Amino acid sequence: MTKKKGRIEIDQEYCKGCGICIHFCPKDSISPAGKLNASGYMPAAFNDNGKCTGCAICALVCAEASIEVYRG
Amino acid sequence: MKKVYARPKYLKKVHFHYCPGCGHSIVHRLVCELAEEMKIQDKLIGIPPPGCSVFTYNYIDTDFVESAHGRGAAVATGIKRACPEALVFTYQGDGDIAAIGTGETIHAANRGEKITAIFINNAVYGMTGGQMAPTTLIDMKTTTSPFGREKDIEGFPIKLSEMVALTKGAVYIERTTVNSPAGIKKTKKAIKKAFQVQMDNLGYSLVEILSPCPTNWKMREIDSWKWIDEVMVNEYPPGVIKDTTNEQKKKKPKKKGKKKK
Repeated sequence: MTKKKGRIEIDQEYCKGCGICIHFCPKDSISPAGKLNASGYMPAAFNDNGKCTGCAICALVCAEASIEVYRG
Repeated sequence: MKKVYARPKYLKKVHFHYCPGCGHSIVHRLVCELAEEMKIQDKLIGIPPPGCSVFTYNYIDTDFVESAHGRGAAVATGIKRACPEALVFTYQGDGDIAAIGTGETIHAANRGEKITAIFINNAVYGMTGGQMAPTTLIDMKTTTSPFGREKDIEGFPIKLSEMVALTKGAVYIERTTVNSPAGIKKTKKAIKKAFQVQMDNLGYSLVEILSPCPTNWKMREIDSWKWIDEVMVNEYPPGVIKDTTNEQKKKKPKKKGKKKK
């Protein structure tokens, strides 16, 4: 198994489920969480398919600043 | 693994009240990132407008003075003249800067006030429910132009940045978008340069940012982001509209050295 290059953490309570990060993720590593958060939005969740490189495009486009990116 | 991107230090840990997919919160975040990068947090004084971004002071951890409708440039002028060392920026929407505050903005630019304006253009009055703004595009449907804006009745979309660029006091004017990763990076660069122009005491700087408003455009979030690229940039082409930074720097007399006896 190859070493994972990156991962992200999405704060589910800050996320408003706009889906912009899902659209811009080049590796399809983000998908809807499947359950609603306290505000009633369907947040995005990290879909760990091993392809995430930590490019931080999701964090750049996130309108809620709810994504933390780790790389290394 | 090393953390490479996190919530900026000066963005307060509260929920934004903006709709999902709104461009305001992205610009807030960029200002916070710049405050940290340029180490200007203690010097920044912001002037939020009436409109959706009226609660900007709840999110950005710097000083703020709320202004009345459209009067951002006038309030900023007063603050800048009273505290020349402060970094004063107005944060204005299109209903604020291009409708009720056109006079203040153009005259502040003409006087060459050392302030920065961040102009969020989403082509509608957002907070009040999506009415037609001066920046609304031809044939665009809003609650007060249900059949589309007609040029014979409502006139043409106003291009404030180009108008301000005609004044001699304006030094740096750029139009950017926040609907793509590249656009967001360019926006950050533009705001950084605008702040730098002010720190160098060169004159008025303005960054117009085309921002999505999914709620009032009645679109899905991602469709509104695409709509900017497909339709809005035809009327408001992004790019540097005016940049006389180098000329202004040449004009400035060099610092006088100590006179030799």
